[in-house]
Amino acid sequence: MRVALFITCLADQFYAEAGVAAVRLLRALGVEVDFPEDQTCCGQPAFNAGHWGEARALAKRSLEVFREAEYVVLPSGSCASMVRNHYPELLPGDQGALALSEKTYELSQFLVRVLGVEKLGEGLRGRRVAYHHGCHALRELGVKAEPLLLLQNAGAELLPWEAAEECCGFGGLFSVKLPEVSLSMADRKLATLPKAEVLTSTDAGCLLHLAGRMAKLGQGVRVAPLATLLWEAYAGQG
Amino acid sequence: MRAKAKRYPKEAARLLRERPSVREAVTGATLHFERNRLRAYGEIDTEAWRERARRVKDHVLTHLDHYLELAEGRLRENGVQVHWAEGPEEAHRLLREVVARHGVRRAVKAKSMLTEELGVNPLLESLGVEVYETDLGEYLIQLLGEPPSHIVGPAIHLTLKEIQELFHGRFGTPPDAPPEALAQVARRVLREAFLTAELGISGANFLVAETGTLALMENEGNIRLSTSLPKVHVAFVGIEKLLPRLQDLALFLPLTARAATGQRLSTFVSLLQGPAREGEEGPEEVHVVLVDHGRTALLADPEAWEVLRCLRCGACLNACPVYRQTGGHPYGYVYSGPIGAVLDPGLLGLEEAYPLPYASTLCGACQEACPVKIPIPRLLLTWRHRAVEEGLAPAWERGAIGAFARVMGSPALYRLLSKALRGLPLPQELQVYLPVLKAWAEGRGPLRPSPRPFHELWKEIKEEARGG
Ligand code: SF4
Repeated sequence: MRVALFITCLADQFYAEAGVAAVRLLRALGVEVDFPEDQTCCGQPAFNAGHWGEARALAKRSLEVFREAEYVVLPSGSCASMVRNHYPELLPGDQGALALSEKTYELSQFLVRVLGVEKLGEGLRGRRVAYHHGCHALRELGVKAEPLLLLQNAGAELLPWEAAEECCGFGGLFSVKLPEVSLSMADRKLATLPKAEVLTSTDAGCLLHLAGRMAKLGQGVRVAPLATLLWEAYAGQG
Repeated sequence: MRAKAKRYPKEAARLLRERPSVREAVTGATLHFERNRLRAYGEIDTEAWRERARRVKDHVLTHLDHYLELAEGRLRENGVQVHWAEGPEEAHRLLREVVARHGVRRAVKAKSMLTEELGVNPLLESLGVEVYETDLGEYLIQLLGEPPSHIVGPAIHLTLKEIQELFHGRFGTPPDAPPEALAQVARRVLREAFLTAELGISGANFLVAETGTLALMENEGNIRLSTSLPKVHVAFVGIEKLLPRLQDLALFLPLTARAATGQRLSTFVSLLQGPAREGEEGPEEVHVVLVDHGRTALLADPEAWEVLRCLRCGACLNACPVYRQTGGHPYGYVYSGPIGAVLDPGLLGLEEAYPLPYASTLCGACQEACPVKIPIPRLLLTWRHRAVEEGLAPAWERGAIGAFARVMGSPALYRLLSKALRGLPLPQELQVYLPVLKAWAEGRGPLRPSPRPFHELWKEIKEEARGG
């Protein structure tokens, strides 16, 4: 089985090691991994802000870049949802968009639903983990049980978190257009954060926003993308 | 109410800075409603109820002419005087007539968002009529001279302390009077108003076409008094509030109550069938004003009409993490929160309401809560897209998105940006990013990229041995 990784711009720039982790994990599970080097961004920031012309051009790029792929896997729920749910809306009637949509998965979703893997190893034994449900993974992709299952089966202690399913306030351009509200939302999220060793999520954007806010407030919880933790689950490092 | 929607971003920021108690009060109250809703939804086959409700509403909305005619006929048969109002002017004219004809000096009024929309209170006051809001929350904000902050709980942004101070100043209650004592005072004032008012004003949750029945939901019992004690009752009903048959209430009353407050049914439901007949008690005269105020135009909008399914239950407000930070006032119009963000552009025009579709992270919690499955995030995207098409996006945003699209459209430029993030000076072409990065960093500390981007690391691990 061959998988083309769509790392997406934020993970590429800010959580590069999560990409490496995803590659190693998939290879360890017997999957061949490609990284089409012409890829850039899925276009979501432009799309969500209403600039559909720009978003459409980027969607078309992605169609080209991933045309040959058997599966496309993203270590990001919101970008996966962009490809899966919004490309077909943005390019109505485009068979390529439909085809890409159908073969695109968020990483944990791919592991559980396509590979049928529910347990990666026990590398997270005893680790106290807080999981933030990125909104688009949760409500647009329906990815909820998969990451929890994989973390739990790797021995992690998933901490109950009142605000686990609440939006962190990132929202792409929202964080710049309405900065005060965005920060206020992050503060609500962080004020309820349980005493975790590590805070994780599928979404680089959410993590960047929350980690940045924690840095500003002087809170020192480790923030790691889900892909990184899943690799740790498998390889037992950390 | 005059719209101040344009000021949303500034007002939201100001409120967060100057009145932190609002955030606390609103978050607490909405979380409480939200938990109740989840529990109440958990007791039923919610998906089936919502789907059924959506279909009934869609059916009414797509056959609105027919049902409006039917409703008008039935209302008349019931002895109700029916009026049509395109907008506030007609509504005001009718009220003026009623006030003059009956020598109205005092009116009691049930909470109604539509009458806020039409500016009924200012009109009546200008005619020298004393108006009493009879819903406790609505009465509080009336005393404060504020607009409602929430569709269902107009005063949820107030703390007990603020209410105590208000009553202390107004009615001389002790500054630390318990809520029961405050309610006592309000009850006394309102009771007097009920007994002396010549006019009762209400909205309607539903209007059943086949029987001409007005359905009103409440928890305090005061609507009942507003619509039965005064000799004249005027109900303002948005044309989208119609339901086809009486039996539809069996679905919509409990669904709305569950969505709004997590109740199985609101404490009081009034089904009104026109003025009192021989030997009955009740109003001598009942008027129903069917109000358009932009709804027909919205209905004709193929991309935005679904918003008209709205029941005004407020569930989307309670679920919305953006609304929870500020409550409704910064939105600058009667309808706030997620529903406001997609309804206000339709009613006010996008230019007036421009920033509102951006008052969301598209997290989708509103859609999940909505009892009639209004696809609010999709509608937000539609309005944003139109805003951009109409040139309403600010110049910095257009610049940033343009640069973003150029960079992401070209792997070579993208690699250049990648280098720039790691210390090389940003090329001229990309400098438009700087203010965006600066704005970001202000609340969150500087962006710290990985030492090397993945696309560089890939070159190393590309050939790495397989098998873990
Ligand atoms: S949009 Fe839906 S959830 Fe929001 S007020 Fe209307 S019916 Fe209720």
